[in-house]
Amino acid sequence: MKYALFPGCAAKGATPELYASTMKVVGRLGLDIVELEAFNCCGAGVITEADPDLAYTLNARTLATAEKMGINNVMTICGTCQGILGGANKNLQEDEALRERINRALKDTTGLEYHGTVEVKHLQWILVKDFGVDELGKFITHPLHVSIAPFYGCYILRPSRATGFDDWENPTSLEKLIRAVGAYPVEYDGRTKCCGFPVLLEKDQISLSMVAQNVGEAKEKGSDAMVTPCPLCHMSLDIYQERAEDRLQQEHPDQTLGVPILHLPQLLGLAMGFSPKELGMKRHLVSPAPLIEKIQ
Amino acid sequence: MRVKITVQKFNPEVDQKPYPRDYFVEASRGMTLLSALLKIKAETDGTLTFRASCRAAICGSCAMQVNGSQKLACKLPLKEELEHHGKIEVGPMANMPVIKDMVVQMNPFWEKVRAVDPFLMTKDGAEVPTEALKDLHEKLHNADGCILCGACVSACTAYEVSSGFLGPAALAKAYRFQADPRDQAHLPRLEALQGPDGIWDCVRCVFCVQVCPKDVRPMEQIVRLRRLSIDAGFSDSVEARHITEFTKVVGKEGRLNEALLPVLMTWGNIKKMLRIIPLGIKMFFHGKTPFPFKRVPGADQVRAIFKYWEKAK
Ligand code: SF4
Ligand code: SF4
Ligand code: SF4
Ligand code: SF4
Ligand code: FES
Repeated sequence: MKYALFPGCAAKGATPELYASTMKVVGRLGLDIVELEAFNCCGAGVITEADPDLAYTLNARTLATAEKMGINNVMTICGTCQGILGGANKNLQEDEALRERINRALKDTTGLEYHGTVEVKHLQWILVKDFGVDELGKFITHPLHVSIAPFYGCYILRPSRATGFDDWENPTSLEKLIRAVGAYPVEYDGRTKCCGFPVLLEKDQISLSMVAQNVGEAKEKGSDAMVTPCPLCHMSLDIYQERAEDRLQQEHPDQTLGVPILHLPQLLGLAMGFSPKELGMKRHLVSPAPLIEKIQ
Repeated sequence: MRVKITVQKFNPEVDQKPYPRDYFVEASRGMTLLSALLKIKAETDGTLTFRASCRAAICGSCAMQVNGSQKLACKLPLKEELEHHGKIEVGPMANMPVIKDMVVQMNPFWEKVRAVDPFLMTKDGAEVPTEALKDLHEKLHNADGCILCGACVSACTAYEVSSGFLGPAALAKAYRFQADPRDQAHLPRLEALQGPDGIWDCVRCVFCVQVCPKDVRPMEQIVRLRRLSIDAGFSDSVEARHITEFTKVVGKEGRLNEALLPVLMTWGNIKKMLRIIPLGIKMFFHGKTPFPFKRVPGADQVRAIFKYWEKAK
């Protein structure tokens, strides 16, 4: 199966380690990938807040570009991109009047047209569904034997009407991948909750409470690290973890956080024998050193 | 079929903390969770406490947590739930204090709904004499479908960490009146929603959309309120600028630059800017600040798309 890779702005911007580790892992697995070089932002749900038609047209451009290349599977590596691009795709496929109106704008501005033949799938789904966990197991040369807390984030699960891959109430795909790399999935409530990213700058008291709560819970349950399929979750759980710890300690002075946060391909990459350096782990703000020591 | 139902029992007057109790019911075909609970109450344990009235997903009183998610007991087929989860665990809604078993204190919920002035008003706050309006239903985007069950508030992740937040139900209600052309108090109602516990607290986690039994999609109504706010001129806040500056950056560059956005959002707000600078420096040293204004292929097409919709509106 051929996939058109939609990297998303985050992997090409503030979390370049996600892009690097993805390329390492999909290369090793031999997935057939063409990158959408001239991709545009999916809008992250924010452009929708300004103008839904605009957001639809931007996403229709992405879908139509893949379609024109003769590829009907778009691969995302960002949970938010998956939710937004995948959700837009679903509506464009189902609502003919919408598709017509958006196509008029798309044709007029780019000459492209979207016929609704593309499927949008996150790498996480591709590995579980298309590639298969057993097949993946054959590439695991360095089983990890550590406890990993899965953090799904919002958009890869909800709304289930648009995503529909995993069970939104009790998802299992990340757990399957954690087991496939020889690690142990941690059970905790926070795994399907929100990381607080969308309001980090304007309502940091809300976001930091969410980071503190989710990371704190994962730590309490004995996690050596957390893994997420979304670079925005990564930013909030990694970059803002120290600040969340400060906030936590105002009430509970003895509590500490310090839980390394991994992008999904980094977790897979470590178990395939790539070095932390190759996977860009020096770019994390929370040091992954304790985890790396434990797996070596 | 004999079904085990595990209920989280709690009577704050006598119990130190909630505890689980197992009940067994002979489930008939198509039996709902509510019918099972009523049967248990009648035959096994008269102290089992929950709210219910219409038994038809209309009155909104029987919302509770079933296997960790918010559901209406009267709308939930026991067998389906059992097949899906392999168990039936029932407890009270979250984010609300428990009075007894599944009965929660809903006063804060009602106060918040009241706080958005959920009625048609004149500019001075008097009630508008109502007249039926043709085609009203489509204008309201189903915000009028709410049965005030509280499921969305119980699932809301922003509410969980910030109990002052007006919450999805009250805000969906606010939109219902903002969208009604007969209402004459759009501006004051919108203004009241700009405050610290208003529309900008929502983190867009989609839980409310997912759990609502009436497809009210509160988050989508909140997004509409945000758009109305910006259009009405409430556009200078850091919150509003998140939307407008994000959109502008993508309109120019084709993509988002996460290092640039915080600067544009907080521009002119010294206090907020000072808070982001130390983190910005740390991010820089970890290679997390992409160089702004690197030419992005495809940006011309993106700019054309932006221009098209600017002209159309
Ligand atoms: S999630 Fe980010 S930032 Fe990413 S492509 Fe989608 S919007 Fe652009
Ligand atoms: S609210 Fe309506 S449907 Fe529910 S019990 Fe009362 S009368 Fe019946
Ligand atoms: S989307 Fe917003 S209102 Fe709805 S549950 Fe999440 S935070 Fe609450
Ligand atoms: S919006 Fe939906 S979930 Fe929330 S109170 Fe109304 S009916 Fe219940
Ligand atoms: S009993 Fe009325 S909604 Fe369930």
